[in-house]
Amino acid sequence: MAGADKTLRVIGKPVRRVDGRAKVTGLTKFADDLFLPRMLFARLLRSTEAHARIVSVDVSGASKHPGVRAVLTGKDLPVPFGILPVSEDEHALSLDKVRFVGDPVAAVAATTEDAAAEACDLIRVEYEPLRLIADPEDALAHSEPKIHDYADQGNLHKVVALEFGDVEEGFREADLVREDLVFFEGNTHLPMEQHAALATQDADGRVTLWSSTQTPHYVHRALAKVLGLPASRIRVIATPNGGGFGGKSDPFNHEIVAAKLAMLTGRPVKLTLTREEVFYCHRGRHPTLMAVKTGVKRDGSITAMDFRTLLDGGGYGSYGVASTYYTGALQTVTYRVPRYRFRGARAFTNKPPCGPKRGHGTPQPRHALEVQLDKIAESLGLDPAEMRLRTLHPPNSLTANYLRVGSMGLRSCLEKVVEGSGWRSKFRKLPEGRGVGLACSSYICGAGLPIYWNNLPQSGVQLLLDRGGGVTAFCGSTEIGQGSDSVLAFMVAEGLGIPPADVRIVTADTDLTPVDLGSYSSRVTLMTGNAAIQAAERAREILATHAGAKLGVPPTRLGFAEGRVFDVEDPAKGMTFAEAVVCAESKVGTVGTVGSYSPPPSPGRYKGAGVGPSAAYSYTACVAEVAVDRGTGIVRVERIWIAHDIGRAVNPILALGQVEGSVYMGVGEALMEEMAYRGNRFGVHKIPSMLEYKSPTTLEMPDVVTYLVEDPDPNGPYGAKEVGQGPLLPVPPAIANAVYDAVRVRVDEVPITPEKVLRALKLRAAGKEARVGPTRFPDVPWPEAIRVPPPWEGGDGRAVAGEARAAERGAGGRRQGGLATGVSK
Amino acid sequence: MMRLPKFRYLQPRTAADAVQAAADAGPEGMYVAGGTDLYPNMKRRHQTPRVVVGLRRVRELRAKSGSPTAGLTLGPNLTLTEVSRDPDVRKAYPALARACLLISTPILQNMGTIGGNLLLDTRCNYYNQNQEWRKAIHFCMKKDGDTCWVAPGSPRCWAVNSSDGAPVAIALGARLAFLGPDGERTVSAEDLYRDDGIAYAAKKPEELLLRIELPPVDGWRATYQKLRRRGSFDFPVLGVAAAVRRDGDRVAEARVVLGAVASRPYRSREAEAALVGRTLDDTSIAAAAEAAFKPAKPMDNTDFGLAWRKEMVRQYVIRALRELRDGA
Ligand SMILES: Cc1cc2nc3c(=O)[nH]c(=O)nc-3n(C[C@H](O)[C@H](O)[C@H](O)COP(=O)(O)OP(=O)(O)OC[C@H]3O[C@@H](n4cnc5c(N)ncnc54)[C@H](O)[C@@H]3O)c2cc1C
Ligand code: SF4
Repeated sequence: MAGADKTLRVIGKPVRRVDGRAKVTGLTKFADDLFLPRMLFARLLRSTEAHARIVSVDVSGASKHPGVRAVLTGKDLPVPFGILPVSEDEHALSLDKVRFVGDPVAAVAATTEDAAAEACDLIRVEYEPLRLIADPEDALAHSEPKIHDYADQGNLHKVVALEFGDVEEGFREADLVREDLVFFEGNTHLPMEQHAALATQDADGRVTLWSSTQTPHYVHRALAKVLGLPASRIRVIATPNGGGFGGKSDPFNHEIVAAKLAMLTGRPVKLTLTREEVFYCHRGRHPTLMAVKTGVKRDGSITAMDFRTLLDGGGYGSYGVASTYYTGALQTVTYRVPRYRFRGARAFTNKPPCGPKRGHGTPQPRHALEVQLDKIAESLGLDPAEMRLRTLHPPNSLTANYLRVGSMGLRSCLEKVVEGSGWRSKFRKLPEGRGVGLACSSYICGAGLPIYWNNLPQSGVQLLLDRGGGVTAFCGSTEIGQGSDSVLAFMVAEGLGIPPADVRIVTADTDLTPVDLGSYSSRVTLMTGNAAIQAAERAREILATHAGAKLGVPPTRLGFAEGRVFDVEDPAKGMTFAEAVVCAESKVGTVGTVGSYSPPPSPGRYKGAGVGPSAAYSYTACVAEVAVDRGTGIVRVERIWIAHDIGRAVNPILALGQVEGSVYMGVGEALMEEMAYRGNRFGVHKIPSMLEYKSPTTLEMPDVVTYLVEDPDPNGPYGAKEVGQGPLLPVPPAIANAVYDAVRVRVDEVPITPEKVLRALKLRAAGKEARVGPTRFPDVPWPEAIRVPPPWEGGDGRAVAGEARAAERGAGGRRQGGLATGVSK
Repeated sequence: MMRLPKFRYLQPRTAADAVQAAADAGPEGMYVAGGTDLYPNMKRRHQTPRVVVGLRRVRELRAKSGSPTAGLTLGPNLTLTEVSRDPDVRKAYPALARACLLISTPILQNMGTIGGNLLLDTRCNYYNQNQEWRKAIHFCMKKDGDTCWVAPGSPRCWAVNSSDGAPVAIALGARLAFLGPDGERTVSAEDLYRDDGIAYAAKKPEELLLRIELPPVDGWRATYQKLRRRGSFDFPVLGVAAAVRRDGDRVAEARVVLGAVASRPYRSREAEAALVGRTLDDTSIAAAAEAAFKPAKPMDNTDFGLAWRKEMVRQYVIRALRELRDGA
């Protein structure tokens, strides 16, 4: 881009975030802070059965209750919806059956919250209980009763198999083949802000919804579908999210219900969920059982890898099809894997649905892989850091599954944490009870494909230049605390050479802003950033043309910085930015531009190739140091060294916040967080509260030493890659490996609770295998794998003909999954 | 959000008026001090008193008198923060100061009182849930149901006494003065608690806790060790309060109290017997820990598994006694 080599004035600087002051002074208006005149309050009545047919719902008592203005049941909103077009299996209110304790059944709008709650108590629901499907093993054993009718097989929602090269051949070439079983427990996002939505309908019938959502565009589509209104009559405004982490990425029943109630009553309706209800929304980490088999040469280089995953999906599809593919997609981008097979299955169970949580589907396999590599290094007598350094995936190359790796800074990351942590003097050298562990990872910078098939831009930015020198940037991107509003302002400010304070931003409003798909898959900085750069460049062109004409300087010689437009060869000659706008406006009228972005197409052409491709991949390396109490098994993470290849830090303070937040979340997942259910007691969530769902406090948070590795990626805006999710990935395996270094026991299961550590220590003391973890991977009826020869075996990204079709027949001959599961076009 | 049920709130200014108000309200009435236990419970409809008798205006409940040598008396309405910062408590009864500092979070300690802590409702993770959740399990014996889901078939409720203050009060030999319609009576802290998750306190609902009387220190040394998942916020899954009085080298008297493993905090007489007459050394400490461990019977109704919690009894008794042995 023009002026790319000039000194950056905003990008890379610790400029204060644009919403910082409002957030710390309490001025930010979250969804529940909104009040409208005549507003009603709504509440949902939720199922007390985990799996049951609804025989009848009697709302007569509720309708008559003082203060009640409307009551809804499933038949009032019969159109199904869901985030993925292949699994539109949700209803705003359950129609004929409920699928978990907490599934909404009815809704009430009343003049007070109390009246709404009291009315809910008056609704009588008659259920006919069905057998509970508790977990994937149960789902495999019982194809009846079916939780949904559309699953691939019985209660197996999705079963996929992909093979890139002859894996068995690869194992034959290996000096060592290791197979490990690892379990990663489910956990949830735990945002501070509960979901909330406020809806209203204006005199002309247009509906507006404010909601704490990460994906206003997808909510917009779902509302149009379920309410039966043209999208043009619906406006969705995403309020600043008080944390999302993936838990607010689906269109939700409460959003649709609030809108419907507003339409029925002609009054604004607010619906704020309780903390318990947030646990029921869930869409968090899938509990995942994994079998990983890897063949290596004596030097640690991988000859082949076979990966099987079994995911506990909960009661609905959500993002599950994508999640399933993600458990197999990114193993190949860190180390060279010449031959690779992946088979994944997702079961429906009677629990709140799982979906995308920070790292979406990839932290589980990453954990299994990095723990296994630690074991392999030990068997081979290699230092785990050295072994990884030798087998890194080369930059600017394709992986076995046709992902295009661009910049690849993992080597620097590894070097940084090895150096910073004093790895060489600590690994296997600390006194008993203390240990260090290492792990690496990679993550996408935006999913290559949108959720529903289209070839439109994935992010758009519109700029309006004001003759006073201010610039307004409009974009559909959604602030979830990660700093996307700030990134947008910084990109525009940098591009136009004006201070960020002169950029006003309008985001996440489907009436006002161009579409951005939402804050998920670590896509916003890269995609919105590129769109913003394009819009800014177009604005510069207009301004340069007219300012240049006035100054008598060729437009190409004009620079934009510090609020001025000037001749780079004679900086004294120039005008203010505002004057340049006036110049242009007087010639061409109102000055505005647009920019948009679509990620580059991916070379993969097989069914399933849609999950994994990205414009760029971020890389992370992590060393954890832990202390293990041998009397209790309690693990304390003392310090984390983490290096993240961010391409370029758009703002180092924001980036550090994301890294430290990821470490925090990773520590919680590694040591304590757990979505536990009582399968034997009616399938209730064991502990839907912030007190009893254990997530670390500041006292459990270790010291964090962060290194930002900047190796600009040609696809990133100013070279930037993601930092919102990737740094979580290596934290749990680094901790698991450190626990082994400390006390020589393997807990092949997260969370690594004191109970499990102590059990393993006892096994060790008894001279038995000092391991706690899964011992069995159940038989899954895998379809025949889709075979795709890797690039180095002459493949072109397509499945081998014939076999691919056979595979489809094996999977039930379904064509569904086409677009949204990400088959690329 | 979860909302409180409607109730009438009274603000008596004297203890006698408070008792009168509670007696008038009968089973519909309850006292509230800091409200950090009662109000969350009311939101979940565990208790739904029609009349709540607020104690914050009753001055005499905030009094402190006496001294460590003569015995220290604390008003039940002193907040946990106040108790933990009190110079006499810190010097002479440091175990109590520590227990208060280990309760939940500093914010809660500013609100919660020591009296409320001693009279905390028992806890169980089938019970400390909102009403819809409990409806899904068809409720339980402690509230609105018949079955105890922790021990189906059991005729009683096994909810856990999770007070950090109670085991320490017992270890210190505290006595509790109550005011009822018929006047005042005093019981030892030990005798207040009953091994029943529902009728966990041997007191009438209208009886008001008036004073907490700590006996003279008189050579006793005490400590408290708390086990919980995280360094803050969490209730204990085990609390060990231990106190010894030594005669020369030998232990003359001992109190070893286990909290959060049963419906009441209880003295492990077996552990105490293993100490009395011996020197406090690794052998006697191990014997006492083993003696406390064996009969301990945590149930599966708190955080963590019961086998591990039971095992931790040994560990934490050892820790507490070692601290008394080595302590400064
Ligand atoms: C998130 C959270 C964490 C917590 N963690 C802990 C913990 O780690 N350890 C712990 O021990 N507790 C814990 N608690 C429980 C509680 O907050 C404290 O025990 C606190 O000290 C209770 O005091 P209060 O004044 O708020 O009691 P209140 O709620 O006011 O009262 C509690 C009970 O005592 C009765 N009562 C109060 N005063 C009197 C009186 N003078 N006479 C007669 N009856 C009276 C009330 O009627 C009520 O039944 C926690 C609570 C929460 C919400
Ligand atoms: S111990 Fe049993 S009866 Fe008591 S609260 Fe728990 S489940 Fe209910």
